[in-house]
Amino acid sequence: MFKIMYKKELSPGIFHMDIEAPRVAKKAKAGQFIVLRVDEKGERIPLTIADFDVEKGTITLIFQVLGASTMQLSALNEGDSIVDFAGPLGQPSEIDGNMGTVVCIGGGIGVAPVYPIARAMHEAGNKVISIMGAKTKDILIFEDKMRAISDEVIIATDDGSYGVKGFVTTALQQLVDRGEKIDQVTAIGPGIMMKSVCDATRPLGIKTIVSLNPVMVDGTGMCGGCRVQVGDEMKFACVDGPEFDGHLVDFNNLMSRGRMFREQEAKAKEHVCNIGLGR
Amino acid sequence: MALVMEKHKMPEQDPKVRARNFQEVALGYDEDTAVAEAERCLNCKVPKCRQGCPVQVNIPAFIGKIKERDFDAAIDIIKESNSLPAVCGRVCPQENQCEKHCIMGIKGEPVGIGRLERFVADYQLAKNEEIKPIQFAEDAQKVAVIGAGPSGLSCAGDLAKMGYKVTIFEALHVAGGVLSYGIPEFRLPKDKIVRREVENLQKLGVTIEVNAIAGRLFTVDELMGEMGFDAVYVGTGAGLPHFMHIPGENLNGVYSSNEFLTRCNLMKAYDFPNHLTPIAIGKNVAVVGGGNVAMDAARTSLRLGAENVYIVYRRSEAELPARAEEVHHAKEEGIQFKLLNNPVEILGDENGWVKGLKCIKMELGEPDASGRRRPVAIEGSEFELDVDTVIMAIGNGPNPIVASTTPGMETNKRGNIIADEETCATTKEGVFAGGDIVTGAATVILAMGAGKKAAAAIDAYLKSKK
Repeated sequence: MFKIMYKKELSPGIFHMDIEAPRVAKKAKAGQFIVLRVDEKGERIPLTIADFDVEKGTITLIFQVLGASTMQLSALNEGDSIVDFAGPLGQPSEIDGNMGTVVCIGGGIGVAPVYPIARAMHEAGNKVISIMGAKTKDILIFEDKMRAISDEVIIATDDGSYGVKGFVTTALQQLVDRGEKIDQVTAIGPGIMMKSVCDATRPLGIKTIVSLNPVMVDGTGMCGGCRVQVGDEMKFACVDGPEFDGHLVDFNNLMSRGRMFREQEAKAKEHVCNIGLGR
Repeated sequence: MALVMEKHKMPEQDPKVRARNFQEVALGYDEDTAVAEAERCLNCKVPKCRQGCPVQVNIPAFIGKIKERDFDAAIDIIKESNSLPAVCGRVCPQENQCEKHCIMGIKGEPVGIGRLERFVADYQLAKNEEIKPIQFAEDAQKVAVIGAGPSGLSCAGDLAKMGYKVTIFEALHVAGGVLSYGIPEFRLPKDKIVRREVENLQKLGVTIEVNAIAGRLFTVDELMGEMGFDAVYVGTGAGLPHFMHIPGENLNGVYSSNEFLTRCNLMKAYDFPNHLTPIAIGKNVAVVGGGNVAMDAARTSLRLGAENVYIVYRRSEAELPARAEEVHHAKEEGIQFKLLNNPVEILGDENGWVKGLKCIKMELGEPDASGRRRPVAIEGSEFELDVDTVIMAIGNGPNPIVASTTPGMETNKRGNIIADEETCATTKEGVFAGGDIVTGAATVILAMGAGKKAAAAIDAYLKSKK
């Protein structure tokens, strides 16, 4: 059993949880994820590692309540436990001190998984410019944390309630327009956001790394449920990724596969609500 | 007394009924039938049946005890050699192993050794006896087993009985490997059989850590170093699904058999939404492949409510790699066989869902290196099969996650770990490997045989070091 050591609702429907898992915390690296199961009848869901604390032996998860399992997880409190917590999974981000200027883009809740990557890039001695995107000011997360490890932070809100009005690509364009020399972009967020970033950087020839979020079951490479088309190759995001060269990813297929269980997901959510497991 | 030439029938669920439920198909012998079947054994002086058993169960001895109605003694004899008898009695291909060598099989049917093993194993499980834990010596040596599938469980069981402290590290949240995620409930009940045989092993003194992914959470070097293990057995299996690499394989509605069966067996998606893992299945399902896994996926599809389920296989019926019994069961339940057909493309609709499978007809040419006649496409014979779900069951390869993080342990060009056939020793000292990770996908009992051999070799290795 894995105990919930800390829980906070960051903004409506977005939660921060620290889970006690000392061995995972000791091994975790930026860019990796875990798979958890809330209870004996639960499904296995992947969540990216948003932070890890070796001393406390905890892994930080940031999640948004979207379906049955995240609803169930959000209903648990500090001191409660979940049954299964496996990781760290996936390839760590490739980070060294000679990357130059890196733009780290987090869309919505994607800011959380970008954070440890941006921090590691910063600690390695690179110049880190972070772009944080959100629909509106109220649902922006991790601003202080991102400011602490970035040379510059640009915030973009769809409604203009904070920072630049527009999408993360609007902010990226401003950087380009002011003549910033960008060596790499790392973008994490909804499929459509990562696709837009890649469409923007492709003509500029800027290397762009994305972290993909397909449906997963085991997370260890045994089922191929998370397969994605990268260039000419079929890749399993859980073992080959989750990070890939964004210019080679078939985003349309990724987003289409993300809808494969939409009908069942609605049913599961209703079920969890009905039996009172949710919030 | 006249010899009974035929095996006593095992009662089964009616095909029409069972095709729509997940309960076990074969119902098992009762006591009188088991004794009557045991009476068919001639108690040969040189029991050939034992040669066919990869873990060398003392078959005539346990059958002799069944004749005497001493079922407790019978199971004790089996357990000396086999840690998972209720599993083996159900899923072993006995026709190619113990029963293949049975003298009774020359003129009639062989003795139902598997059915008898199953009977006594179930008899003991039903009694729910307390299991006496092994008393380990204070300074007992420690062995790590990676993977809680049949070979790891078998190796661990044997080592524990020899007095070693064994910890099994399992990546998934449940032990059993293919017994838990692969073989369906209707052939091998999970809670009633697999879980309980694993629990009995734990009660004996084997420690199992789930959610422990070797190669990520720790490496083999760390196991042998700071984690303090004296030897390691790698039994990680063949769990990496193959795809055909034809157009359309990433459409919605296309599964690997591993994903499909894992959702259903391990995650109990058939009980959705009580269990939260979903499974989406259409009316018409094509399962590509002809092995046992293909039969399992096809029969599972029926039970999930599919109306038409096709096995699409590029060779003919004679070459089907699945057990004859599985093919027979599949046919009884209404699975339709599309033989000598090979998929060339999966067709999708405007929403990205499967709407058909384009196949080409095949004919058999000259025998290939494996001795099987090679299928050759008949030009211009393409046709479309009207399906909305496609399950790829064309085999599995080795998962590279442990080998790639273990310097000094060599693999062959297919990615299988190189290990000595007799001792299971790898090219790295103190590290042994066996089962599907070495041989490629094979059977449960062969993996268990490898685990047993490795246990003996690990024992010899550790004694030589002491």
